[in-house]
Amino acid sequence: MKRFRGFVIKEFYHIFRDKRSLFILFGMPIAQILLFGFAITNEINNVDIAVLDHSKDATTKEIINKISASSYFTIDQFIEREADIETAFKQGKVKAVLNIEKDFSKKLIAESKAEVLIITDATDPNTANTIYNYVTAILQNYQQGKNKGSNMPYQITPRTRMVYNPELKSVFMFVPGVMTIILMLVSAMMTSISITREKELGTMEILLVSPLKPFQVIVGKVVPYIFLSVINAIIIVVLSIFVFKMPVEGSLFLLGLESVLFIITALALGILISTIAGTQQTAMMISLMGLMLPVILLSGFIFPVASMPYILQLISNIVPAKWFIIIIKGIMLKGVGLQFIWKETLILLGMTVFFIGLSVKKYKIRLE
Amino acid sequence: MEDKKVIEVNGLTKMFGDFTAVSAITFDVKKGEIFGFLGANGAGKTTAMKMLIGISKPTAGEAKVAGYDVASEAEEIKKNIGYMSQKFALYDDLTVKENITFFGGIYGLTRSQIKEKTNELIEELGLQDHKDKLVGSLPLGWKQKISFSVSLLHDPKIVFLDEPTGGVDPITRRQFWEMIYKSADKGTTIFVTTHYMDEAEYCDRVSIMVNGKIEALDSPKKLKELHQADTMNDVFLKLARG
Amino acid sequence: MSIVVDSISKSYNSLKALNNISFDVKEGELFGLIGPDGAGKTTLFRILVTLLFADEGKASVAGLDLVEDYKTIRESVGYMPGRFSLYQDLTVEENLKFFATIFGTSIAENYDLIADIYVQIEPFKNRRAGKLSGGMKQKLALCCALIHKPTVLFLDEPTTGVDPVSRKEFWEMIKRLQQKGITILVSTPYMDEAALCDRIALIQDGSLLQIDTPEAIIKKYPKSIYNVSADNMYELIQRLKAYEYSHSVYPFGEYVHYTDKRTHVNTDELKRYLSGHSLANVSIDITEPTIEDAFMELAK
Repeated sequence: MKRFRGFVIKEFYHIFRDKRSLFILFGMPIAQILLFGFAITNEINNVDIAVLDHSKDATTKEIINKISASSYFTIDQFIEREADIETAFKQGKVKAVLNIEKDFSKKLIAESKAEVLIITDATDPNTANTIYNYVTAILQNYQQGKNKGSNMPYQITPRTRMVYNPELKSVFMFVPGVMTIILMLVSAMMTSISITREKELGTMEILLVSPLKPFQVIVGKVVPYIFLSVINAIIIVVLSIFVFKMPVEGSLFLLGLESVLFIITALALGILISTIAGTQQTAMMISLMGLMLPVILLSGFIFPVASMPYILQLISNIVPAKWFIIIIKGIMLKGVGLQFIWKETLILLGMTVFFIGLSVKKYKIRLE
Repeated sequence: MEDKKVIEVNGLTKMFGDFTAVSAITFDVKKGEIFGFLGANGAGKTTAMKMLIGISKPTAGEAKVAGYDVASEAEEIKKNIGYMSQKFALYDDLTVKENITFFGGIYGLTRSQIKEKTNELIEELGLQDHKDKLVGSLPLGWKQKISFSVSLLHDPKIVFLDEPTGGVDPITRRQFWEMIYKSADKGTTIFVTTHYMDEAEYCDRVSIMVNGKIEALDSPKKLKELHQADTMNDVFLKLARG
Repeated sequence: MSIVVDSISKSYNSLKALNNISFDVKEGELFGLIGPDGAGKTTLFRILVTLLFADEGKASVAGLDLVEDYKTIRESVGYMPGRFSLYQDLTVEENLKFFATIFGTSIAENYDLIADIYVQIEPFKNRRAGKLSGGMKQKLALCCALIHKPTVLFLDEPTTGVDPVSRKEFWEMIKRLQQKGITILVSTPYMDEAALCDRIALIQDGSLLQIDTPEAIIKKYPKSIYNVSADNMYELIQRLKAYEYSHSVYPFGEYVHYTDKRTHVNTDELKRYLSGHSLANVSIDITEPTIEDAFMELAK
C-alpha cells in the first residue's frame, strides 16, 4: 500500500508540474462550455430593423409598438416603398424589414388572417433565423392577447422568450455533449499519454523491473485522473447551472455516480490505448481519432442518432459516449431517476468491465 | 597542411545575462588541419561552435571563418562550411540516394552536379547494392560515413564534426578517420568538437576548453609530453581537475 | 555463480540481435560487456533483467531462473538502463524517494550503500533531475538502482555521453560497490574501460568474440604491433596498406598501428619503403597491443 501511495504521489507531481497541460486540463472545459453556450445562444439584442407598413391602421401600429418596445429590436427607420427595402439593407445597418400587407386590420377581422412578411439579412443565417423566430413570437403573442382580449385584460407575457426560443434549448443540449467530450478527453487521452510517456522515457523499464505489480501501476496512473475528471465534471455542471441557468431536474447524486462510471469507462479505454501505442504521439492520435471523433459524430451530441443512416446507428451503439449522453440528458433535462436509465447504465457498466478486462490482459509485464 | 588560416578567432566572447559561456577565446585553424575542439559538457564548446558557424552572435570579440566575419557575414559562412553531428545526420525514412539528392539540393547544387556527386559518393563508399535502401535500415557506422560524405557534397572549405564517431565499432571508426585524413589531405579543414578523448588523439592540434576558456592548445603529442600523461584522457583529467 | 548465461539467442524479425551467447559471472565479480552500439548489449541486459524473453537458451541470475522466478529476480537486481531513465520533472530527492518507496524501502534504510555517491549530488537535492549535468544524472540513476540493496547490479552503458572526469568518478564508484560484495555486469562501447573490469566479454553483431581477463586478452594477441608515424597521415596509411607484407593497418591516434604478415619484421626495410615514397619523418616503434587492437583482430 505504501508503494502504491508513493506511486500516486509521483503521478500528482507530474501533473502539477506540467503547467501547460494543467492549464489545458482546466481551461478547456471552461472555454468549451462558454464557447458552446454563448456562440449557440445567439441571443439578439437591439437589432435594427426597418418597417414598411402598407396599412397604417390601429392594429399595425399596435404591433409595431410592441416590437419596438421589446428589448430585441430597435426600429431604425420607416420606409414607404418596396423599392427602398433593398436600399435599407444595402446601408448595412438594418438586419430585417417587416413588410406589413395592405388592409391588415380589415383582413384580420374579415378573414381572421393577415400577413406580415419578415425579410431578414441572411448573410448571417443564425441571426436571421433568430430574428425570424423572435418576430414570430411577438406576433403570436399579440394574437393570443387579442383573442383572449374579450374576457381578459390585454397583456404581454415575458414567457414568450422561454417558450419560443428553440436555440436556447440547444444550449442545454450542448452541456451533456461537452461534458462527455471533456471527460473522455481528460480521462482517456491523459492516461494513455502518461503511460506511454513512461515507455518513451525508459522509466517503464525500471517500473517493470521493480516489485510494483502491474495493476498497481495501472491503478496508480488512473487514480489522479479520476480525481481530475470529477473536478472537471463539477466545474461543467456548476458553470451550466450558474452561467446558463440550466436546470438540473434530476438527482445530482445520481448524476455524480453516472459520471464516475463514465470516467472509469474512459480511463479503461485510455489504458487500452496505452497498451497498443508505443509513443505519446501515437497515443494522442489514437485518442483523438478513435475516441473523440466517435464522441462528436456518433454519440448524438451534434447529429441526432435517429437521423443517421442505419449502419451508423448500429455502430453508434458501441460508442460509450452515446449511452452516457442519454443518461445525463435524462437526469439533467428530464429529471428521470435510475428506473428509467438502468438499461443504459448497465450497458456502460458492461463496456467498462470489458475494457478493463481487455487492458489487464493486454498489459505487458515485459517489453514487447 | 598549409599556413593559410581559415579560422581566425580573436577574443570571442558570449554572455548569457551575467553568465559568461565563452570567455575571450583566441585561436587559429590552418587550411587542411584537423582541429580538435575539446571540453566537458557545459564547458562552452557548443556555444563557441554555434558562433563559428554563424547561428549565434558573439557578445564581444571577432572571428573569421573561411574569410568571412561571423557576426556580419553569417550567410556567406553557411555556404562555405559543412556540418555533421552524431545526433542529427540523415533522414532514416529516406533512401541513401534520396538523402544525397535532398542535401545536395539544400546546398544549392545543380541537378547534374547532384547526379554526378551521388554516383561518385555511392561508388566511393561501396554502396552500389544499398543505394535504394532506407538509411534507417543501415548499420550505424555506414550512416556516419554517408553523413560525413554528405557534409562534403558542396566542397566546403571547413567541415564541423560534432562527436562524429562515438559508439561506432573500432574498425568502422578507423575507416571514418581515414576518410577524414583523406579530405584533410585535399585541403579541407576539419573542426571536430568532442568530449571523447580518444577522438582527440587523431587530431593535428587540439584545444581544451574548461569553464569557457581555452586552457590548452597544442598537438596531442606535445600536450601529453607537457602534462606527462599517456593519453589525452589523462591530459584532460589533469586540466579539468585543476 | 551469480549470473549464468547459457546459449542465449534472440532475433527481431530477420535481424539476429544475439547469437548463441554463453558466459558466467562469478559472485562479487566486475564483468564488462564491451562492444560498439548495435552489438546486442542492451538486448542481452533486457533479457537478464527479465524484460525480454530469449528465443533460445537459458539463463539464471543470483541462482534464479529468468523465466520461472522472474518476480524474485526483479526484487533482487538493480538495473540502470542505457538512456537516462528517471523522472526529469521530479527533483533529485523525489526521484530517489520514489524508487525507494516502490521497492518497499526508504532512503534511510539503505543509506550506507549510496552514501558516498549521494553526498556528491545532495547539494542539488531540490533540483529537477532534468536540469542536472550528464555526470550528475548518472550518479542519481546509480543511487536509484542501488536503493533497494540489490545483490546483482546491471549497468547498461553508464558512461556513454559522460565527460572524462565524470567517467572516471563513475568507475571509482563502481569499484567501491564491487568491494561491498555486489556482483556487477557493466556494458560499454569504450575499449579503454575494459582494463577496469575483472573479466570482459567482447561482443560484436550479436556474437561474443572472446571472454577473458583484459590482461589475458592482450596476451593472446597473435602479432607484434608497430607504432608508425610520418608527416602525411593519409599518404602513410595508403602506403602501409599497399605494402606487400602488411597484415593490418589501423590509424590509432597520432600513430598508425601496423602488423606484419611475417613473424619477424624488418623495420628498416619498411622504413626504407615508406621513405622511398616521399614520406618524411618516418618512425617505427614496437608497441603494446590494446583491447581495441584485440577487438579489431577478432572482428576482422
